[in-house]
Amino acid sequence: MSHYESPIREPLIQGDNISYTKITDDIVATTEKAPPLSWWIGFIISATFAGIGVVAILWTIWQGIGTWGLNKTVNWAWDITNFVWWVGIGHAGTLISAVLLLFRQKWRTGINRAAEAMTIFAVICAGLFPLIHMGRLWMGFFIFPYPNTRGPLWVNFNSPLLWDVFAISTYLTVSLLFWYSGLMPDFATIRDRAKGKVRKFIYNALSFGWTGTAKQWQRFESLSLILAGLATPLVLSVHTIVSFDFATSVIPGWHTTIFPPYFVAGAIFSGFAMVETLMIITRKVLKLENYITVGHIESMNKIIVLTGSIVGVAYITELVIAWYSGYLYEQYAFANRATGEYWWAYAIMMTCNVITPQLYWIKKYRRNIALTFVLSIFVNIGMWFERFVIIVTSLHNDFLPSSWLYFLPTWVDVAIYLGTLGIFMTLFLLFARAFPVIAIAEVKSIFSISSAQARKQQLEENKKFEKDYKDSIGAEYAKDDVFDTNY
Amino acid sequence: MASNKYIVGLFDHEDKLIGAIRKCKKENVEITDTLTPFPVHGLEDELGYQDTRLHKAGFMFGITGTFVALSVMTFIMTTNYPINFGGKPNFALPSFIPITFELTVLFAAVGMVMVYCIRNGLFPGAVPRILDERITDDRFALSFEVDDSTSKEDISKVVNLLKEAGAVEVSSKEFNDDTEIFEVETSAVESIL
Repeated sequence: MSHYESPIREPLIQGDNISYTKITDDIVATTEKAPPLSWWIGFIISATFAGIGVVAILWTIWQGIGTWGLNKTVNWAWDITNFVWWVGIGHAGTLISAVLLLFRQKWRTGINRAAEAMTIFAVICAGLFPLIHMGRLWMGFFIFPYPNTRGPLWVNFNSPLLWDVFAISTYLTVSLLFWYSGLMPDFATIRDRAKGKVRKFIYNALSFGWTGTAKQWQRFESLSLILAGLATPLVLSVHTIVSFDFATSVIPGWHTTIFPPYFVAGAIFSGFAMVETLMIITRKVLKLENYITVGHIESMNKIIVLTGSIVGVAYITELVIAWYSGYLYEQYAFANRATGEYWWAYAIMMTCNVITPQLYWIKKYRRNIALTFVLSIFVNIGMWFERFVIIVTSLHNDFLPSSWLYFLPTWVDVAIYLGTLGIFMTLFLLFARAFPVIAIAEVKSIFSISSAQARKQQLEENKKFEKDYKDSIGAEYAKDDVFDTNY
Repeated sequence: MASNKYIVGLFDHEDKLIGAIRKCKKENVEITDTLTPFPVHGLEDELGYQDTRLHKAGFMFGITGTFVALSVMTFIMTTNYPINFGGKPNFALPSFIPITFELTVLFAAVGMVMVYCIRNGLFPGAVPRILDERITDDRFALSFEVDDSTSKEDISKVVNLLKEAGAVEVSSKEFNDDTEIFEVETSAVESIL
């Protein structure tokens, strides 16, 4: 049987009459009945934004990058900001499934499926930006090294931008495999409940014909463990390589060795914030409060306060090192970042990323759902501005004061960004409609240990044991200090 | 050759299933398959399964990725397309590390998932033999293959064993290759006794 867990630990599955069937019913129900009105409203809004984004992307491809707000010095702005922001958001999914799996954190089971889906959609949105920034989208395949007829002509393997190509495509592939291998057993669950023939056929094809034999499960567990072991350094490497896009250049404000760990912490930070934003809505709309509990939200908030503080330390370290370098241009870059024309962006970044998450040191706030929802959006905003600050403030005042310019986005910049938000939400809503949003099999595997019901049973057993023991040694010896009965 | 007929015992708790497996071991009854709705911890040890070799396959694929990445990049940058970057070495190992790492992970992950699917017989459109539709929901199943040569004593031994171990349902299932893909004929186990 499974291992012992203290009865005073917070249960990960709430509710009094939960059984294996009830878990299946609750999670699969969302794919079986017609979606609620709130789903349709969300879907229409998201699809509208996605449509606006597609129009703006097509306009960019038709007309050229001149439709963006880029100017003489700021030749990289919203596109790369959005790219890094989306990649960062895409880090929480694999982190939750891989790192928390290696650390045997059971609370990951409630949220890993949706977080992994979110990862994939976020990486898709991220991947759009380098592609459309190419201008000639149809030449996109030039970024891959392949034997060609243009003489021996290859990509430059010394360039961090090429490393990015490999990092992002590997990350997308591995996340997809990880996600899908976990989905197969749950698709089989939906298949076996399906009434109609067509539905049964579709979900059987999606489940790859899963049956659930002991040998399949043995390989399944081995596969997820090793994929987790591979994905953990992968998560860290991807954002490290993204940070190399900046850190290996010679622009003051970018050329710093702190970037890799600082970007990785920031990515985990923003990823968890996005998971919270989505999970708080999902648990409410799909009525999954028993599986995505306040305890889950509290655990995520603990990670947010940790990574937020790491990011804060990184901001301050950057300032101190710039001052300590004694190098005029470096000092100017950071003084300009914090107090120059873009001081307001720096202030938003500092407030949303460093100051407000500190509220989570207090348990009452960590467990407050409304506050968590607001602060998770704050973190998303703050992390977008972090990338904006790093990118634009380092560029807008370049080496030649006569070309200094203030960057302003055009409607196309804004529409593409909102468009990716729309694409992301549309994909997520479709996922929530047709796929099991919680890993059914994994939640069941912790049911007999970590559910509220198991706790109750444990307490009763403990009380019985206590009573038997007291009876056996006689009342006069059974002092209160033997047992702590105040559970 | 696989037969089409099975005796299936369904349990409602993983502990009862493990009890039944231990009983089978004691009475020398061979279990054809054990099916559960989720991975039950320690089940493969009870069944005496060998450790899976998936991780070894993963390692081999990973090493292949490392080798491919390093050798292709070295060939391109030093022989096929050498460029002079301010006199820096063409064989720049440190800047080959990121892509080498990514391809190691990529090869290992893709290869391992392929092996996993092939060994488990998983592919889109695979038609599984579903012994009971509740196995993916809340039932833990033990199946025993039977054919015409199986003696009635053996069958009743299995049935009694399952009942004693606390099975909530014992039945015989027959797959007919001519019928619909998901159809299985369930009959009371007494009919074949």
